[in-house]
Amino acid sequence: MIMIQEKMISKLEILAESAKYDVSCASSGTSRSNKSKGIGSASRCGICHSFTADGRCVSLLKIMLTNYCMFDCAYCINRQSNDIPRAGFTPKELAELTIEFYRRNYIEGLFLSSGIVRSADHTMEKMIRVVKILRQEYNFNGYIHMKAIPGASNELIREAGLLVDRMSVNLEIPTERNLKLLAPDKDHQTIYQPMRHIQQNLLENIEDRKKIKSTPKFVPAGQSTQVIIGATDETDNQILQLTAKLYKRPSMKRVYYSGFIPVNSYDKRLPVLQEVPRVRENRLYQADWLLRFYDFSVDEIVNDEHPDLDLTVDPKLSWAIRNPQFFPVDINRESYQKILRVPGIGVKSAKLIVMARRHRKLNKEALKRIGVVLKRAQFFIICHEMNTFKVLDSSAEYIRLSLQDTPRLEVKQQSIPQQLVMGW
Amino acid sequence: MLAFYYDKSFEGLMCAVFDAFKLKKMPECLLVEGEDMPLLVTDFHQVEYRNSKYERVYTALQKKLSQIALNQLLFTWLSELPESDLIIFRYICKVFKSTNSIETDFADADVLAVYDIAKKVNKEKHHIQQFVRFNSIQNPANSCDNNDKIYFAVIEPIYNALPLTTRFFKDRYADQKWAIYDEKRQYGYFYDLDKIEQICLNDNDPLIINKQINQDYLTDDEKLFQTMWNRYCHALTIKERINPKLQRQNMPRRFWHHLPEMQGK
Repeated sequence: MIMIQEKMISKLEILAESAKYDVSCASSGTSRSNKSKGIGSASRCGICHSFTADGRCVSLLKIMLTNYCMFDCAYCINRQSNDIPRAGFTPKELAELTIEFYRRNYIEGLFLSSGIVRSADHTMEKMIRVVKILRQEYNFNGYIHMKAIPGASNELIREAGLLVDRMSVNLEIPTERNLKLLAPDKDHQTIYQPMRHIQQNLLENIEDRKKIKSTPKFVPAGQSTQVIIGATDETDNQILQLTAKLYKRPSMKRVYYSGFIPVNSYDKRLPVLQEVPRVRENRLYQADWLLRFYDFSVDEIVNDEHPDLDLTVDPKLSWAIRNPQFFPVDINRESYQKILRVPGIGVKSAKLIVMARRHRKLNKEALKRIGVVLKRAQFFIICHEMNTFKVLDSSAEYIRLSLQDTPRLEVKQQSIPQQLVMGW
Repeated sequence: MLAFYYDKSFEGLMCAVFDAFKLKKMPECLLVEGEDMPLLVTDFHQVEYRNSKYERVYTALQKKLSQIALNQLLFTWLSELPESDLIIFRYICKVFKSTNSIETDFADADVLAVYDIAKKVNKEKHHIQQFVRFNSIQNPANSCDNNDKIYFAVIEPIYNALPLTTRFFKDRYADQKWAIYDEKRQYGYFYDLDKIEQICLNDNDPLIINKQINQDYLTDDEKLFQTMWNRYCHALTIKERINPKLQRQNMPRRFWHHLPEMQGK
């Protein structure tokens, strides 16, 4: 008995280790209540149930069905030539585990991925088996995110899409040339293929649902993808142009950026990195937010003149410094879109501002209470009882210096205190 | 300075508003019956609770406020913060005195305070949804049937947000018996597959020892799943990116001792 339990635990550990480099964990995008008195519901904004020591959230049981894989991608921990412990769950085991965790409120649902065994279709069929057991035998109504295996047939993708909430195919490497270099078994063609299948099915499904309302939804939370940052030499411009193109597709909900972690440091095709490029990853997410929620176009953030994001200040501030002609923005007059572009004002405070200014003129004090970061915003706005516009008297360099991020702790620690040496 | 004495209930607070408008006098502080009068109070009034007063005020509020703002008032009440009743009181008075809606006048201190406190309580509600951990226990009322399980969780939220989450849990866990107990306020809710009822445990009830569930009550496989979850969360950590500050920021320490994945931390 103890033996079986121990085996189960180590299997779980091995397959979690193999799945952890996938960043996506969102459980948002679907709202579904539990009508059949089964188990589970989906909450629109998603719920994170735990946070690991690296600060990342755990929302779904992120796990691989198996980590055996016939591919040999240089960036992947599960590549065929790696000597790591391998394991696999049976669909029944995994479904049962998901339910037990779910009942204890550990998770929002399942994020199922898998190494590729025998063929793409074979792997996909096994994954669908897990989801079918959950949905049909356990009457499970929670969130399921499933990876679409590149090269799987459209029939299987359609079958899976009707059972799960979100599907994703990872691009991993933004340009085809570098992908070929690091993952000789893959090409962009086979990755874009399932993406297109998902999108086509989704659009057809929307049409079908207009005719017959009871048609089950196809991937109601859309699809997502992930690109690795820093493993290859793409500029931020290339990455964000790709992102912007992907967001133009109606089904694409999220693009995740994963700072490259050298898991296979022996592979000479990969760069030698001292540290995960966290700041760059963070700046890319900030730029991504500007694209999705702040109505920026990608060329305003990066272009041929500025191919990379500024690591010392965030992309919004960096845009504002480059475009002084846009300012000052009058808080009491300008449109919501313009206010949204002021550094130090986010979506929430911009909304509060346009609501609150109907009642009275807003002054600095009111803005502060609403939650505007005046330290940043003061350079770019005018409001009631403050008519001098600061940006005119302050050079771009001054703003940049006074607002740039304080150097991170690790950097500070490196400057070891030295004995004071007198100059004689 | 004028003080109002009332019964420290939400309904009672509405009656206080009624009396203030009736007497045309605005109190500067609200006190619970039996509480000592502060030094500067020169005059006081005893608010008498009557259902008709409450209903009149509340219906009038419903006409003047959106559902969102009404919820914000309720959330603010559940915060149990020392000054929250006075803030709600002033907010409601402003609603009735003003001809147009004040609920988006965020430059007003009370409107913004209600908005902020409601946001905090809502956050705590979300925390409960995130960090409730059910332990499967043998039903104490039916110890002979091995399959009669209850999924039991103990919480200690800073605001009284548990009542706001029951609908969520009822919908999600419709096919299992569950109970969530607020150890701080000594009450909880129990769902018996059909309806939710409020429960209270005695001080010396053996089910909870030292704010934790008595391990003797756990079902046989419970420890296994807790261990699995603990080991899973550790396996999922990327060692190259360790960031304990971010972890604490997202999952405050005060929740840790009820989380199986943080045992021994």
